[in-house]
Amino acid sequence: MLTDILSTAFMQRALIAAVLVGITAPAIGIYLVQRRQSLMGDGIGHVAMTGVGLGFLMQTSPVWTATVVAIAGAVIMELIRWYGKTRGDIALAMLFYGGMAGGVLLINLAPTGSNANLSSYLFGSLSTVSQEDVTAIVLLAAFVVAVTIGLRRQLFAVSQDEEFARVTGLPVRALNLLVAVTAAVTVTVAMRVVGLLLVSALMVVPVAAAQQISRSFTVTFVLAVAVGTVVTLAGTVASYQYDVPPGATIVLLAIAVFVALTLLATPLARRRARAGHSKGQDNAVAPVAAKV
Amino acid sequence: MHNDAVISLSAATAVLGSRPVLRGIDLAVQRGEVVALLGANGSGKSTAVRSVIGQVPLTGGSVELFGTPLKRFKQWARVGYVPQRTTAAGGVPATIREVVSSGRLSRTRLGLMSKTDKAAVEKAIALVGLADRAKDSVSALSGGQHQRVLIARALASEPELLIMDEPMAGVDLASQEILAATLREQVAAGVSVLLVLHELGPLEPLIDRTVVLRDGLVTYDGPVTAGEALPGHDPHHLTKEDCHPHAAPAAASPVPTGLLT
Ligand SMILES: Nc1ncnc2c1ncn2[C@@H]1O[C@H](COP(=O)(O)OP(=O)(O)OP(=O)(O)O)[C@@H](O)[C@H]1O
Ligand SMILES: [Mg+2]
Repeated sequence: MLTDILSTAFMQRALIAAVLVGITAPAIGIYLVQRRQSLMGDGIGHVAMTGVGLGFLMQTSPVWTATVVAIAGAVIMELIRWYGKTRGDIALAMLFYGGMAGGVLLINLAPTGSNANLSSYLFGSLSTVSQEDVTAIVLLAAFVVAVTIGLRRQLFAVSQDEEFARVTGLPVRALNLLVAVTAAVTVTVAMRVVGLLLVSALMVVPVAAAQQISRSFTVTFVLAVAVGTVVTLAGTVASYQYDVPPGATIVLLAIAVFVALTLLATPLARRRARAGHSKGQDNAVAPVAAKV
Repeated sequence: MHNDAVISLSAATAVLGSRPVLRGIDLAVQRGEVVALLGANGSGKSTAVRSVIGQVPLTGGSVELFGTPLKRFKQWARVGYVPQRTTAAGGVPATIREVVSSGRLSRTRLGLMSKTDKAAVEKAIALVGLADRAKDSVSALSGGQHQRVLIARALASEPELLIMDEPMAGVDLASQEILAATLREQVAAGVSVLLVLHELGPLEPLIDRTVVLRDGLVTYDGPVTAGEALPGHDPHHLTKEDCHPHAAPAAASPVPTGLLT
């Protein structure tokens, strides 16, 4: 069965795309969750629809036009967060729905576009992933991995406590913009496999699952990426095998992992509590106090 | 004298929303000095402190850090900051070590952590008495332990100036003693301190000078006098009778009481 899958050219492409989505979506998602902006990915996904429509209208690859529009949308969202303190939520709503409406309109104006085409971008479609798409996805994913791993300490600090990060002299605004841009790039990486409407789920659910059983950021990061990779691969194979839509399958698998880890977490926490009990509350205090 | 000030805030005014919150504040901390900023809730203590680190833009007056105007100040590793906060938890679990490590970023910036950096982080965690809990999640800590993590984070860069906004809030007396001891070591090593307090508590012997704010103005700036000029243990005394008899003109220049040795 596996060799059968691997020998099909489109499945090879789909699996490569799936692995990259499984890695990148939770890798940037963890910072969004940490900043309590879990729904940002969803917003960018909506805005990216205009980019897809634009791609069809201009008869170029929608992945690149979606990337450009998604980045523009993410930057605008970040600017709204800086300046539009009071009416920020209204401005964001305009952006999201405007993006979605723009996408539907443009694709219907395009000569080769149809709602069926749009739907493959909304919910993901394995059979339509082209060689060109794969090249674009690999390049974009490399950028996302470089940022999320290379700058993890800086992004962690900015996402944990923005005010403190500023006092360490970090370029906080630049880093915030970088997170927004990276999230936008991830949306377009994931678009072909899980679809624009479910992208955000893959950014958030593996992170939520991982943090059920971890106490540190690093472990959460590694686990979330592992969960993301496993569910995208399994979902892609299942989608091929049973002819079900990939995005929905992947997201439901991720939620299943979340539920499983949540159930596992309770006994685990209890065991840790028992192990940690003998440690006491403030043991370390005594020697320090004695020293000074 | 001006040249030796690590913090100097002159005629500072600031507006939050549409309220004038700072209405012309002069505040200087000399090298090696420990200054306590006192005042009732809402008197502008946090705003004053946050304007010093550039979090609140001034509408008038000026701020200098280590003799450099704030706009041009770049040496953030020299400053350790403890915000007034009840929690430092984000939406994802993080260990004490991970949170404290971010205090070291002012030295490493966009680079990697060296052995020295890691050692400084461990030392900062040990200084606040949390060494055996370094791997625990910050969300599993009590409020007072949390506060100690924030202090360790400020100490991680081995700063020359500590700016702390109510570092003792929610910390029990035993832990306050430990933090006071930690602070005493820092001060003995030459660190200057500006800290917002509601009561002096175990820190009292360390403090060289107190500055009392009221409605965005300085109402007292001078030495810690015995008993009545201080809020004591009752914050209610602060705004009314206790500060007034000793009130100095708001524009009076700060009176340094010598360095602590
Ligand atoms: N973001 C804000 N927008 C508008 N007004 C604000 C804001 N933050 C603070 N204020 C107002 O500024 C005044 C001073 O606030 P500040 O936080 O400096 O007081 P504080 O002396 O630190 O009080 P506390 O003892 O409660 O910490 C208060 O009256 C407060 O209502
Ligand atoms: Mg305050």
